[in-house]
Amino acid sequence: MTINPEQTLQFSPLHRLQWEEAQQKYVILYPEGMVELNQSSAEILKLCDGAHNSAQIVAELEAKFETSGLSNDIHNFLNIALQNGWIKQG
Amino acid sequence: MAGSNKANITPPRWLLAELSYKCPLQCPYCSNPLDYAKYPDELNTEDWKRVLSQARKMGAVQLGFSGGEPLTRQDLVELVSHARELGYYSNLITSGYGLTEQKIVDLKQAGLDHIQISIQASTQELNDHIAGTQTYQQKQEVARLIKKHGYPMVLCVVIHRANIHQMPQILEMAENLGADYLELANTQYYGWAHINRDVLLPTREQFEEAEKIAQAYKEKVAGKMKIYYVVPDYYESRPKACMNGWGTTFLTIAPDGTALPCHSARELPGLDCPNVKDYSIEQIWNESKTFNFFRGTEWMQEPCRSCDEKLKDFGGCRCQAYLFNGDMYSTDPVCSKSPERHRIDEAITSARATAMAGNEKPLVFRNSKNSRQF
Repeated sequence: MTINPEQTLQFSPLHRLQWEEAQQKYVILYPEGMVELNQSSAEILKLCDGAHNSAQIVAELEAKFETSGLSNDIHNFLNIALQNGWIKQG
Repeated sequence: MAGSNKANITPPRWLLAELSYKCPLQCPYCSNPLDYAKYPDELNTEDWKRVLSQARKMGAVQLGFSGGEPLTRQDLVELVSHARELGYYSNLITSGYGLTEQKIVDLKQAGLDHIQISIQASTQELNDHIAGTQTYQQKQEVARLIKKHGYPMVLCVVIHRANIHQMPQILEMAENLGADYLELANTQYYGWAHINRDVLLPTREQFEEAEKIAQAYKEKVAGKMKIYYVVPDYYESRPKACMNGWGTTFLTIAPDGTALPCHSARELPGLDCPNVKDYSIEQIWNESKTFNFFRGTEWMQEPCRSCDEKLKDFGGCRCQAYLFNGDMYSTDPVCSKSPERHRIDEAITSARATAMAGNEKPLVFRNSKNSRQF
């Protein structure tokens, strides 16, 4: 399963994305486990809201950070997120 | 105090709230202490709320409501609701016994994130025998209700010699019930499991066969059901990194409010485990003798002290070292570098002899009558 740039992405209802004040970072919480996220991963996952597809996520983040060429990095991360079940497609 | 290095204390991340030692089941490998009947006191609702708030403030984020059977507490929904307000990810670790659909709905509304339900075997006869209670049908029904109401579900099956032959059926059952995660937990031999070890410990051949089946199934259900496989450490040559290191991550609060670095630590001598009725979680975690006892590496003996893997496994499990060697500072005897490794091999041989003899000893079930003998 890989990312289809035209399909919308949503964060998994079986996981929780949350800011942790004590750790000063976003984390993904799931049954008896936790993944700590760096800032760019968290920015990508926050846009997996059921309204954006991966092409729109790239465009939005490139605009937000006034840069270009993020597509490869973002798609690599989204594929990892999909394989881990953190996000769903369609 | 054996070892204290306050500069390097990391905050707790995992809080295990053992709400009650009461349980309708009698599993002969229960992780509660053998003499649990000596500790009938239970914290009240306000005590638990204070504990949850204090631990959350320090950075605890994963919260397990466990026991005994946590559903025996009438204030469970209230505690779950408090935990949700604080931002915990709440896990209910239950036998499923007494879990009605209404309760499942109420807990969801209160903010419970996940339910882990135990099943003892893939057949009713064996499940009900091991549990010491007729629970199989209800557990199957509860598992369906958990999925119906949108929870992630972990199915936990403790593996031992009486059910290890059912590995293929256990895997199928988990898939059919729609489990998101299957935890195949090889029995850890402390407390109740330790006194029943000759009857529970699988032979090496049984263990290797079962592991092969489970690993193959992992690939079959990839992307659908995750399988957590808890290895039986007796068949390993390096010890487990117990609790991710003493006092680094895990905090257990027993029903009576005793704070423990792991749920077995109560069995170690001279730790003077503190109680949440007397101290705050911050005092307990940072300053207590108990939580500083095995922090760092200063307390280690040889062969751990000069071992290049000491920061990987922290010398293994202190409770296992004490149980086998009578010395809680010694290397976990599972380690092939331990001069006491032969004690583990003798335990394996003894269990094997019992298995081959055919006339097995009866299991000692976990109940208050048996507990009062210890």
